[in-house]
Amino acid sequence: MPDFETDSNLVQEYKYGFFTDIETDTIPKGLNEEVIAIISAKKNEPVWMLEWRLKAFRRWQKMKNPDWAFLDMPEIDFQDIHYYSAPKEPVDMKEMDPELLKTFERLGIPMGERDALSGVAMDVVFDSVSVGTTHKELLEEQGIIFCSISEAIQKHPDLVKQYLGTVVPPGDNFYAALNSAVFTDGSFCYIPKGVTCPVELSTYFRINAADTGQFERTLIVCDDNATCSYLEGCTAPARDTNQLHAAVVEIVALENADVKYSTVQNWYAGDEEGKGGIYNFVTKRGHCRGRKSKISWTQVEVGAAITWKYPSCVLEGDGSVGEFYSVAFTNNHMQADTGTKMIHVGKNTSSTIISKGISAGYSSNNYRGLVKVVEGASNARNHSICDSLLIGRDCSANTFPYIESEDDSAHLAHEATTSTISEDQLFYLKSRGLSEEDAASMVVKGFCKDVFKKLPLEFSVEAIKLLEIKLEGSIG
Amino acid sequence: MAYLEIKNLHARTGDIKILKGVNLEINKGEVHALMGPNGSGKSTLSSVIMGHPDYEVTEGDILLNGESILEMDPDERALAGLFLCFQYPVAIPGVSISNFMKKAVDARHPEGKAPAGPFLKEMRENMDYLDMDKAFANRGLNEGFSGGEKKRMEILQMMMFKPSIAIMDETDSGLDIDALQVVAKGVNKMRGPELGLLVITHYERILTYIAPQFLHILMEGKVVMSGGPELVKKLEENGYDWVRDQLAATV
Repeated sequence: MPDFETDSNLVQEYKYGFFTDIETDTIPKGLNEEVIAIISAKKNEPVWMLEWRLKAFRRWQKMKNPDWAFLDMPEIDFQDIHYYSAPKEPVDMKEMDPELLKTFERLGIPMGERDALSGVAMDVVFDSVSVGTTHKELLEEQGIIFCSISEAIQKHPDLVKQYLGTVVPPGDNFYAALNSAVFTDGSFCYIPKGVTCPVELSTYFRINAADTGQFERTLIVCDDNATCSYLEGCTAPARDTNQLHAAVVEIVALENADVKYSTVQNWYAGDEEGKGGIYNFVTKRGHCRGRKSKISWTQVEVGAAITWKYPSCVLEGDGSVGEFYSVAFTNNHMQADTGTKMIHVGKNTSSTIISKGISAGYSSNNYRGLVKVVEGASNARNHSICDSLLIGRDCSANTFPYIESEDDSAHLAHEATTSTISEDQLFYLKSRGLSEEDAASMVVKGFCKDVFKKLPLEFSVEAIKLLEIKLEGSIG
Repeated sequence: MAYLEIKNLHARTGDIKILKGVNLEINKGEVHALMGPNGSGKSTLSSVIMGHPDYEVTEGDILLNGESILEMDPDERALAGLFLCFQYPVAIPGVSISNFMKKAVDARHPEGKAPAGPFLKEMRENMDYLDMDKAFANRGLNEGFSGGEKKRMEILQMMMFKPSIAIMDETDSGLDIDALQVVAKGVNKMRGPELGLLVITHYERILTYIAPQFLHILMEGKVVMSGGPELVKKLEENGYDWVRDQLAATV
């Protein structure tokens, strides 16, 4: 068993900071071709998949951990990580380990089919494996495939082969290459032509075991005229060592397809002194391959010691649309460097970026984004709004908007503001009977409203509550 | 003992002394007007009563219902029954009026949560009374409001929060006659044995709509003259120079 010591104070502050004591099947620390072969074998993968992984690994070995974001972090020892950890008992929805079930109850995740009316189909990834997907039958009726990526590799190899790595190639960047070599689980969604997915598809990621990296891989394919909305949530126990989460998410939108991807990221962020917490280094990219397709990213980032990710859209199909809506909250010693890339390739493509960064404590919160219009992408349009709100004097916020336009017909607009919560706003609200914390929380929520309203309704309520909890104690 | 007692109040901001011994007593059921030339300390007085952090009370006291409020935060003062109609209400972008109102009404509710139905009904009725469009409730608080809209919003809050003492800080400034009448209509509806009102103003105009029983004149950080409605007329005819002459004569 991994040794387990949680500071009770930490748990109090971070509601999801508990650890589930279950027996696990964990492979020894370290990374080499043998470890990758073991992972692949544990997943009963076909040979082509193992070869794909090994190729990515060899690529990764030649790459360097990028340093352009100037994040303040110690060097990561990639040999000091467990690359696979799974609950020992075979996981069956009906006979789930009671400890696991308890975990999901504490996390507020409906795992039983009795929650069929909740309107969300859920896939849950616990450390390195998917432990169950709900609503399978309802989805199958419509021809929708929603399962763990491991299952998809076995049952739908052609689809996986056709799309995996086509949006984020294995050699795309250091962490994408690492992920391609060692990814353990994640979700796979395929929405067939003309189908509007009747429920929200959702994956919940939980890191439980100590010194374990979570490398999930998610692939969403929306065929012609299909629509889906996908949600992702994440938590981890409070530990005083850092843990690595390096995911890759790929979305493919074919002709006239519409994909909405929402994230509420609440990884453990470390303690007040900045000890512990998750490194959240994620590559998320969508490819609007078909005409008039649309991909929309909405993210609420309130956790993780370091967040480093840029959910992006490649707008290849003529008339395709990319959107990025983001709220990133940092507190204590958290660091966030997040934003998006909108690559306009097709004609008449448009993109919208709304980023709201809130920094408190000693944290640093950066928006970094690229809007690129390639030659021949006529009539591309982009509108970017990047606002930062500072709480207190010791935090920082920066905006790095990069614009590269090779086509004269592009219309690109960028607005950016940095503000603090003003004394006058606080005094006004307090004079109406609201406490200082309620007043500040109200100002912050108002600041984020344009993003929150893009979230699916239930998620939006959760996200607002979550932000309220995070704001507590960060004001004054 | 009056419901609101301001005793020998001295206050400053930074090194600048603004209030230099203000005395004022307001009871529930009374309407007082406070007038004075620019820079006499009128707005400072309202800010100090409400507890603005920029001002420091150096001497004297403010008692509400017999208890000193000087150590209380603005939110505690509000919940104790004080209300300030701001001269320049600030915008809180993205926070809808209905959301804000509900939070503020909840804060006053004994169980911490006012039932939504009656709350909405009351707000709708009050908005109607102030000629405010229903759609207004979904707008961001004071976000992009005209001067008249902002002041109506202040009166709407006063009607919803039902304070025991309300201070109107130059509510009439920048209002056209129509907006002024609507504001006065709201205020007059609130008048009664449960409300003590202090109307701070620069112009007599508002006092013809909200007839005060008492008028006080503030000069150089002190109330220098008090009287009944007849004083309003005298001031209107003779201006502040007359007040200065009178003061000089008594010295």
